[in-house]
Amino acid sequence: MLSIQSIGGQLNRFFIEIGELSYFAGRYFKEAVRPPFEYKELLRQCYSMGNRSLLLVAITGFIIGLVLTLQTRPTLLEFGAVSWIPSMVGISIVREIGPMITALVCAGRIGSGIGAELGSMRVTEQIDAMEVSGTNPFKYLVVTRILATTLMIPLLVIVGDAIALYGSFLVENLKGNVSFTLYFNQVFDALEFGDIVPATIKSFFFGFAIGLVGCFKGYYCKKGTAGVGKAANSAVVFTSLLLFIIDFIAVFVADIFYEL
Amino acid sequence: MIEEKNILSKAKNIEQREIVLQIKDLYKSFGDNHVLNGFNMTLHKGENLVIMGKSGSGKSVMIKCLVGLMEADSGSISVMGNDITTLNQETLDILRADIGFLFQGSALYDSMTVRENLEFPLRRHSEKFDGQTDTNVLVIEALENVGLADAIDLMPSELSGGMKRRVALARTLILQPKIILYDEPTSGLDPITAKEIILLMQDIQEKYGTSSLIITHDVDCARVIAERMILLIDGVDYAVGTFKELSTSKDPKIMAFFKQ
Repeated sequence: MLSIQSIGGQLNRFFIEIGELSYFAGRYFKEAVRPPFEYKELLRQCYSMGNRSLLLVAITGFIIGLVLTLQTRPTLLEFGAVSWIPSMVGISIVREIGPMITALVCAGRIGSGIGAELGSMRVTEQIDAMEVSGTNPFKYLVVTRILATTLMIPLLVIVGDAIALYGSFLVENLKGNVSFTLYFNQVFDALEFGDIVPATIKSFFFGFAIGLVGCFKGYYCKKGTAGVGKAANSAVVFTSLLLFIIDFIAVFVADIFYEL
Repeated sequence: MIEEKNILSKAKNIEQREIVLQIKDLYKSFGDNHVLNGFNMTLHKGENLVIMGKSGSGKSVMIKCLVGLMEADSGSISVMGNDITTLNQETLDILRADIGFLFQGSALYDSMTVRENLEFPLRRHSEKFDGQTDTNVLVIEALENVGLADAIDLMPSELSGGMKRRVALARTLILQPKIILYDEPTSGLDPITAKEIILLMQDIQEKYGTSSLIITHDVDCARVIAERMILLIDGVDYAVGTFKELSTSKDPKIMAFFKQ
C-alpha cells in the first residue's frame, strides 16, 4: 500500500515535471520567433512525420469508421433511425473520435520516435557536438519538431476523418444500399461550423503537446540506453494523459461558446 | 603539491610560446560531489598537452567547461584571450569555430551521411571561408586528411569504430581550428586502430600547427603524443611535467596512477 509520504513524493515529482515542461515550452516560444530559422529541417520533419504516420492513421481511421457504424447500426435499426447513421457518425468522428484517435496514434508513433531519437542523440553526445559546432540544438532539433507536429497533426486528423467516414460509408453501402452522394450529403448537412472549428483548433494543440512532450523527454534524457527507452515510453504515457486533459478543456471551452 | 610540479624539460621552449588557453582556479560540483577543486592549466600555441586522470576524476567535466557545454561554479577560462565564462552566446559560437572537439564516442549524426556530417559545421561558420571555398572541396580535403575520401556517401552505421573516429576527426578539422580538444581519442578502439589515430593526431598537429589538449587515461597514447602532461587527481592539477618525469616520479599518488 502506498504511504502518504510516497504519494506526496510522487505528486511533488509530477509538479516539478510540469514546471520544467512549462519552462521548456516557454523556451520553445522564445526560440521559435528568433532567427536564424531552420526551414529546411522543418520541411524535412514535416515530410517525415506526415509520410511515416499517414498509413497508420489511414488504417486506424478506416477501422474506426467501420466499427463505429457496425456497432451503432443494430441499435438504431431497433428504433427505426438507421437514416441518422451518417449524421451521427459524421459528428462523432469530426468532433471527437477522429482528432482523439489520430492524436493517440501519433503520440505512439511520432511522440515516442522523437523521445527515442533525441534521447539517443543526447546519450551519444550528438547534441553536444551540434552545440560545439555553433548550431543551437534547441532551435535545430526541438523547435523544428514541435512546429512540425503542430502543423502535421491537424492535416493527419483531416485525412483520418475522411477515411473513417469512407469506412462508415462502405458499411452503409453494403448493408443499407446507401449511395456515396446521399451518405456524404447527410454527413455534411449535419455538420456545422461549430463542429469543425473547435475540432481543428484542438488538433493544433494535440500536435503541439505531442511534439513538446516528445522533445522534452528526449532532450533531457538521462545517460544510458535505459534512459532512451524510458524517454520514449514516458513520452507516450505523458502525452496520452495530456491529450485527454487538453480534450476535456477544449470540449469545456467549446461548450461555453455553444451556450453563448 | 609535489616536487616535480613545474619541472619541465621543454619548459623554456614551450613557455616562450603564446598562451592560447588558460584555466585558473576552476571549481565544479554536482551536489556534494566536488569534481574540480581549483584546477589550473595553460596550453601554449602548437603544444600537445595531455591531461591524465582516473575515470571519474573530472577530465571530461573540465573539457566540457572549456567549450561552454557546462557551466563552472567558479574560476576563469580564457581561450585565445577571451574569458568564455563571460561571453554571450553569439560570441561564444564564433569562438567555437576556432576550437575543434573530438568526442569520446565520435558523436557523428546518425541520420546524416558522412558528407552531411562534415558539411554541418560549415553551415554556421561559412563566413570563416568568405564564401570563396567550395564546400565540397573542403569536405573532400578533410576526408583525405584522415584517409577516408571513399566513405563520403556512407552512413555512420556503415562505419567501423576506427572509421567513425576518423570521420569525427575530419569533422573537427573542417573548420581549421586553432585548438583541438580530444576527449579520450583512443577509448574503445583496438590497439592497432588506437595507434593509427595517435599517428593521425600527430600528423594533423604537424601539418596545421594546432594546439592540442588531449584527455586520456591511455598511458601509451600519452607516452607517444605528450609534450607536457598534467595529472588530474582529487580535482586539482596534481602534477605537471613530461611523460618521463611523471612516470618516474617517486610520489606515491603518481606511482599508484602509473601502476594501474
